[in-house]
Amino acid sequence: MSDNKATADSVETKIAPPSRWNVALNEILSGSIIISILSVVLALVVGAILIIVVDPKVATASGYFFARPLDTLGAMWNSAFGAYSSLFQGAIYNFQRPDFAAGIRPFTETLNFAAPLIVAGLGVAMAFRVGLFNIGGRGQMLIAAACAGYVGFAFDLPPVVHLVVAIAAGLAGGAVWGGIVGLLKARTGAHEVIVTIMLNYVAFYLISYMLRTPGLLQAPGSNNPKTAPINPNAVLPDLLGSSYNVNFGLILVIALTVLVWWILSRSSLGFQFRAVGENPNAARVAGIRVDRMYIYAMLISGGLVGMAGIIQVLGTVPSGFSSGIDAGIGFDAITVALLGRARPWGVFFAGLLFGAFKAGGFAMQAAEGIPIDIVLVVQSLIVLFIAAPPLVRALFRLPTPVGEPKPVSLRKPKLKAVAR
Amino acid sequence: MSAPVVTPENSASMPVQPAASSNVIVREKEAIRSWKAPISFAVFAALATVLFWILGKDGTSNFRLSTDTDLIQINSVDLPALATGIVISLALILITALSFWLSLQKRPTPIWIVAIYGVLFMVGFLTWAGVGESILVPGLLLGALGLSIPLIFGAMGGIISERVGVVNVAIEGQLLAGAFVSALVASVTGSAYVGLVAAMAAGMLVSFVLATFSIKYLVDQVIVGVVLNVLVLGLTSFLYSSVLTQHSSELNSPPRFDFIPIPLLSEIPILGPVLFRQTIIVYLMYIIVAVVAYALVKTKWGLRLRSVGEHPQAADTVGINVYMTRFWNVSLAGAIAGIGGAYFTLGSVGSFQKDMTAGAGFIALAAVIFGRWDPIRALLAALLFGFATNLQSVLAIIGSPVPSEFMLMLPYIVTIIAVAGFVGKVRGPAASGKPYIKG
Amino acid sequence: MKLELRGITKRFGALTANDHIDLVVQPGEIHALLGENGAGKSTLMNVLYGLYQADEGQILLDDVVQYFSGPGDAMLAGIGMVHQHFMLIPVFTVAENVMLGHESTTFGGRLNLAAARDKVRTISARFGFDVDPDALVGDLPVGIQQRVEIIKALSLDAQVLIFDEPTAVLTPQETDELMAIMRQLRDAGTAIVFITHKLREVREVADKITVIRLGAVVGEADPTATNEELATLMVGREVELTVFKAPAQPGAASFVVKDLTVLDAHGHRVVNNVSFEVHAGEILCIAGVQGNGQTELAEAIMGLEPHTQGIIELNGESLRGRSVRHILDEGVGYVPEDRSHDGLVGSFTIAENLMLDRANGAPFVKVGNLQLKYLSEFATETSEEFDIRSQGILSKASELSGGNQQKVVLARELSRKLTFFLAAQPTRGIDVGSIEFVHKRIVATRDAGVPVIVVSTELDEVTALADRIAVMYRGGIVGIVPGDTPRQVLGLMMAGEVPAEVVA
Repeated sequence: MSDNKATADSVETKIAPPSRWNVALNEILSGSIIISILSVVLALVVGAILIIVVDPKVATASGYFFARPLDTLGAMWNSAFGAYSSLFQGAIYNFQRPDFAAGIRPFTETLNFAAPLIVAGLGVAMAFRVGLFNIGGRGQMLIAAACAGYVGFAFDLPPVVHLVVAIAAGLAGGAVWGGIVGLLKARTGAHEVIVTIMLNYVAFYLISYMLRTPGLLQAPGSNNPKTAPINPNAVLPDLLGSSYNVNFGLILVIALTVLVWWILSRSSLGFQFRAVGENPNAARVAGIRVDRMYIYAMLISGGLVGMAGIIQVLGTVPSGFSSGIDAGIGFDAITVALLGRARPWGVFFAGLLFGAFKAGGFAMQAAEGIPIDIVLVVQSLIVLFIAAPPLVRALFRLPTPVGEPKPVSLRKPKLKAVAR
Repeated sequence: MSAPVVTPENSASMPVQPAASSNVIVREKEAIRSWKAPISFAVFAALATVLFWILGKDGTSNFRLSTDTDLIQINSVDLPALATGIVISLALILITALSFWLSLQKRPTPIWIVAIYGVLFMVGFLTWAGVGESILVPGLLLGALGLSIPLIFGAMGGIISERVGVVNVAIEGQLLAGAFVSALVASVTGSAYVGLVAAMAAGMLVSFVLATFSIKYLVDQVIVGVVLNVLVLGLTSFLYSSVLTQHSSELNSPPRFDFIPIPLLSEIPILGPVLFRQTIIVYLMYIIVAVVAYALVKTKWGLRLRSVGEHPQAADTVGINVYMTRFWNVSLAGAIAGIGGAYFTLGSVGSFQKDMTAGAGFIALAAVIFGRWDPIRALLAALLFGFATNLQSVLAIIGSPVPSEFMLMLPYIVTIIAVAGFVGKVRGPAASGKPYIKG
Repeated sequence: MKLELRGITKRFGALTANDHIDLVVQPGEIHALLGENGAGKSTLMNVLYGLYQADEGQILLDDVVQYFSGPGDAMLAGIGMVHQHFMLIPVFTVAENVMLGHESTTFGGRLNLAAARDKVRTISARFGFDVDPDALVGDLPVGIQQRVEIIKALSLDAQVLIFDEPTAVLTPQETDELMAIMRQLRDAGTAIVFITHKLREVREVADKITVIRLGAVVGEADPTATNEELATLMVGREVELTVFKAPAQPGAASFVVKDLTVLDAHGHRVVNNVSFEVHAGEILCIAGVQGNGQTELAEAIMGLEPHTQGIIELNGESLRGRSVRHILDEGVGYVPEDRSHDGLVGSFTIAENLMLDRANGAPFVKVGNLQLKYLSEFATETSEEFDIRSQGILSKASELSGGNQQKVVLARELSRKLTFFLAAQPTRGIDVGSIEFVHKRIVATRDAGVPVIVVSTELDEVTALADRIAVMYRGGIVGIVPGDTPRQVLGLMMAGEVPAEVVA
């Protein structure tokens, strides 16, 4: 009710303000950083439970639980510890290698997985800030990958130039595919969530068609729905030599993170983006062209997400690609953007974390036979927990910060006799 | 300050005037012309003229209207391709002209004209595409219905959820959860019926999470939906890879539902075998669509549900518990979508596969929007989408002139066109997607 | 039925919206609850109606303590409410709206619409309402919608009826009709609580008056009390009810609107063939009941309406069909009528809001870069000049009181060089101190030689500020009259009648 707001505003505070120390403690305990960390911990715990439950060794041991209960507990510990230690060793540092140079290789894998996640997450975050929900990462990546890839294998240009042209083509492709969404939103009010979901499928079928059609994307002389390898001139160069799996894309991603930070917090365009995202009506009345902002934001968002596709095609798998080139990054980017709270550096670190999960997930699958799908479970749980701070606070018995909306009580309030 | 305008005495005697009294200034209404329908018609008419007429092929297309096992046999129909193409192209041009005329008169193009246009275009397309081939019409329809069933269940779940004010992007997750759990439970218990109930419970469980996070914790409904889809996909894939594949004979070989032909009805030519020689899930679908369509408008449940989705505060002020109404109806929506999931494993495929719903939930969502949140329209939209998908596989068999990918794209493109407002104004429930915070 | 509230206290976090409020309403009595916007009237009534639970205190009906866990309980106990913002569902029919929440059903849960229609007809007949039970509520004019609200409350045999600011959307004539209805209900023995901040209405209809301020009862009064006495009680200090302004020194007719028509998305002519001009150094007030096209007229001037015909000119240059950006750059200042919806970005700081409509170039932006240092200096100075009370320029706009929010909007607009100023409902929902400030700044702008339009639904504001008054009704201008036109003439014009002495 509108009147309450005014009431709350105009009635003076009659309760003494809490002491400064209390406020500080409250901010740390209830602040978003600790919620983020606790969410990750909670999700990992749930993941561990799942791993334990499906482990046949635990099942075997629990068969004689009452005879030797410690066996069961031991098996459970081995199961969870084994999984997460192989995850760590696959993502950060492998202690089984003789020297640092070899031991640190998993971390470069993480960086390699993180680069497209970060840049796609930046794209989703950019759309978030203007109030749009870009679920179209898959489509934008596929189109960008196709454009960059086509230039990459079909053209014959000098080094550097070829790479630049291929990246530019990919950026244009992603931007156009995202821009369609912005255009439809601006011109007709079409809901971007629906349009982006639908465009994902349109892009998928379009690329599938092109991949199996000779003269378009299909490699000459092949019957497989796959392209020819990328011309070496257009491949993103290795960053740390050929023994590490990290390419120049990482540098581009860091540069783009800085660029996005500048756009959002230091530029006039970003100011207008944020105004539209927070209150499109007021923005419109203030002379900001809301429809253009939607289009610009989706162009940039599509371009950034497209960059992830470009890195995949020109960096990660330059040997030619098929329709699975997006590798689920388009959807992972949503969780990355949410975990990073749509702030550029938040997205950067969220992308690193999820990159580590991916790198470690594959190692875990290889070493312990635990399906990589567990990573999806952990990622989605992290985002769910982060989105509902009151739940996390309730689970860890943390105080609720002042001014934070409380969870809604679903039932009728309990009647209490109120006395004077 | 000056005196009151009118004294109480003369105000009491003043008759209550109807709103539009004889005032000098009358609020007029001016119709705004909409060219969307005629322009869309013109595009397709031009396409038809080029394809069916100018690029038309000589020969005939054969349409078989009954199968060998049918009681009543109908002769097949041969259509001369070029002549049919010319007739249909002309008819489409005529309808387009009519639509332009209506727009000039500032009148909208009625929906039945759109329907006739669509059917004509389809017949023309099939005749053109099937030159020299034979198309089994009941088979085409049967396949279309089969592909539509999960979409219809998903769409009904979507409609209930959205009409009560909670955007349901998690239909995909509800379908997938239903498919997984029904396969598992039916395999273990040996009963498809128990599997069906379990599927409903699974869909409901997904809904519980959606409802708790969006209603209680006020998390953006679309975000919860999107994340839930990922969660269910991850969970089912993980359990499938780690458990089901190792024990597929015990855990992933559910019994399937039997076909139950309904006497008499199943003997109706063309449609009988399609509609009434089906499994229990399909009959359940008929009942659910009918009940939802009726109850949403005519019953207390429907009135309250819609009031909460349109104006939750108004509902609250007359004593309706907005949160509980939303919570339980979202759960109901999940249960219905769960049945659609069971159809994948107990009705068609016969076992669970990783990510087997493959985006059906999103097409169901498209059907909800294309059907403007109305059960019957959504049913038709789902049937249309199922038809398009099945047409693609039929055309692949007879040697399609159109790449199959473009047929598969159709539902998605149609939906984009719909939300962009080219098929009338699409208006969702007013409070859908907005969390309700008291006061 | 006798209603008694004892020591009702309601807190929102650290704020106390109601502080130990006592109130007794006898059957057959109209009891006015008078207070400023934000005094806590609506909160109190929402407690009474079961929408909120009181932190302390008791509600008694006929001396029996009541426990309401929701509006359903309050309704069953015999309390009905006519809400300020109608609690009606636009896509439902009148009968459906009336039956919602206590539906009678026939076989299989089927709604018994016939019974609901009968109920609507019976109650309509009793009070002489002309309401079609099968009409869609969204199609009805506001006056009729309010009657549907009343029917809804009466359909449950309410013995205590709360009217929450019921006259805000009515013409003076409709207001009088409503008061006749209230008297009729009172004479039938209903206890009526009438919430308002309009002194004239209180004195006319109330049997008893309770005044609340800052969430607490500050006094009671008789209907015989003068406006000044009531206003002083309500505000807590002597109030200047008039604005001091020197006679206008009108210059050239620099702002001209001719034959302007605005269509809404459905093709309704919401502004119909309107013509007027505003001279430099004069205030033209656009009066009228809410919803008669003033909002659309203002938005059309600002380039916010897509379907317009006619002429809008400022200093000989056409503004119609230009972008909002262009119109702002021409030197037009605009205070929108709903500041939190259209005027401010709540999550932005005061400083960011102060540059909101100048985000396109100097001095706040250079080569695409925000000039944060300049912004901070500018914001500090402007906040001081416009007396914006906050924790600092980095406070979020949503944390400010209504009056301070409005000062931010005003500061943003008046700190530019203006050639024309348009303020819509500039004092809606703000405290009296801020109202005085806003009025002074508007008059100062006029005195600087700027043509000014003030759109207002409050007759008090119109008569206080206007040099000339244009009255709007159903999208058209009924007439343009001098600023000292008597209230009853304006009242008739607001109902669409053109008095003989007025030449349009």
